[in-house]
Amino acid sequence: MSGANGANGVTEGVPEPILSCRGLDKWYSGVHALKSVSLDIAPGEALGLIGDNGAGKSTLIKILSGVHAPDAGEVLMDGRPVTIDTPRRAMDLGIETIYQYNSLVPDLSIARNLFIGREPLKHSIGRFGLMDVPRMRREAVEALAAVDLHLRSPDALLAELSGGQRQGVAIARAMHFKSKVLILDEPTNHISVKETEKVIGFVRGLREQGITGIFISHNMHHVFECCDRVVAMARGEIVMDRRVADTSIEDVHAFL
Amino acid sequence: MKRLLKVYLQKPELAGVLLLVALIVLFQARSDGVFLGAQNLRGVLGILPETALVAIGVTILMICGEFDLSVGSVFALMPMTMAVAMGSGLPFSLAMTLGFGLCALIGWVNGMVTVRFGIPSFITTLGMLFMARSLTVVISGGFPPLLDPEIPSAAFTAFIGPGDLVRMSFVWLAVVGVLASLLLSRTNIGNWIRATGGFREAAASMGIPVARVKIGCFVLCSMLAGFAGLIQVLRLGSPLPSIGEGLELQAVAAAVIGGTALAGGIGTVLGGILGAVLIRVIDNGLVLSRVDANWFKFAIGALTIFAVVANAWLLDRAKRIKVET
Repeated sequence: MSGANGANGVTEGVPEPILSCRGLDKWYSGVHALKSVSLDIAPGEALGLIGDNGAGKSTLIKILSGVHAPDAGEVLMDGRPVTIDTPRRAMDLGIETIYQYNSLVPDLSIARNLFIGREPLKHSIGRFGLMDVPRMRREAVEALAAVDLHLRSPDALLAELSGGQRQGVAIARAMHFKSKVLILDEPTNHISVKETEKVIGFVRGLREQGITGIFISHNMHHVFECCDRVVAMARGEIVMDRRVADTSIEDVHAFL
Repeated sequence: MKRLLKVYLQKPELAGVLLLVALIVLFQARSDGVFLGAQNLRGVLGILPETALVAIGVTILMICGEFDLSVGSVFALMPMTMAVAMGSGLPFSLAMTLGFGLCALIGWVNGMVTVRFGIPSFITTLGMLFMARSLTVVISGGFPPLLDPEIPSAAFTAFIGPGDLVRMSFVWLAVVGVLASLLLSRTNIGNWIRATGGFREAAASMGIPVARVKIGCFVLCSMLAGFAGLIQVLRLGSPLPSIGEGLELQAVAAAVIGGTALAGGIGTVLGGILGAVLIRVIDNGLVLSRVDANWFKFAIGALTIFAVVANAWLLDRAKRIKVET
């Protein structure tokens, strides 16, 4: 897993944040869901975001993944202000999100799911064209193998897979498109203990691949097992932000 | 081997294929061989494209997770618009463009209203069913206009092929069927349509413009319905304002018989065409078997329910076949 931190040419000191939120505000019909939230995330960092339901973590994630626009504040990527107005824009910037309800379509095959919205085309007119199906099948198998998921056929329907296997497909998709920032929204919900361990191991391994991870979970133990830093939210604000090494589960509980 | 069996059992149009074979055998026996005779086939294949083209559009729209009850009315409105426009002096090409433009507009309105206001397409298109039908009667002036002899009807209705077995409309059906099938199974838009109908939130979170995909399907559906109506009117030689009544439900039945899921995400163009073939076969077969023609609707209804039950059963069988994933 990770252990060689800082060794591979990463300069010591404070690196420039890959992603910064500055004073983000969001209202939902009268509810102040996010209150001037600012957060810097260092490249390669695995950040655990915790908080109760309604604490604002989903709202923050939705802004970063282009589902909602903030009412005030800005997002910077590599120091430059960016407008993330659509999920597509987020994906193009290298921000991939794996949602808790699973962003996969049950009635489509694994290969088709992997490439939704980004199908490789053989012949095209503008954005539309004939899909390169052999390439989709081949790359699907490769992408799955890269996250240590070995399925016999890329043509199997997603509905045939277990919860953990589906999570694996979603992760494989994010990895295949070389994301810089990977947001995992409650990825350990509804999957088995064994598969949960696999997801946690995967988050731990992100640093080695140079990917920044934002890991949202209800489960404090999961966060402490795989993250470098823990950020707690309550009532739309960040109430705690510490290195995992400098804090404990009891400490974090005291803030919630 | 097991996987292959599973793949075939999972094909949504399987029940339709089996039913079709069974019915052909039955009707062939009951009609003393008349059913598959060239003369009868000419009749069946001559009108099949009109139902099947509508069914293709409805099938694609249903796969995308929406519904269109206005196809029967659009079926009548398109040729009526064209006939009236030609009556007022417009050349055929312009009048036809006007007719198709109106179809596209109706599909766009259906889609926009459904998507933007978040109301069920069942309601939107039910409203459009009445509006488009009314419009048809109004512009006809209550009196079906004469068709201009300038229209190249032969391009749509002339008998062709060995023994003059099919009409030109059948060629159009083949072309549209192949293109629609390719669209759904081989293009990225097809992937978007299936994803949108299968799980809208997931599709949207992957950056697919789900609203535009749905509106596009509504437009396609309306235009195919209008095209089918045009073919029927050219075959009959007169734009009656009452044609296509009840067609919307036949088209839904065809799609469902062909394995399209009402909830969206599942289905094939071939299945929709197959459903339309089944409807036409039953219509014709009952007559040849000397059954009272009033049993037609009963048979379609029973077939629809039976096909869906059979499909669910086959899918369940497929699920039970254990293969390594």
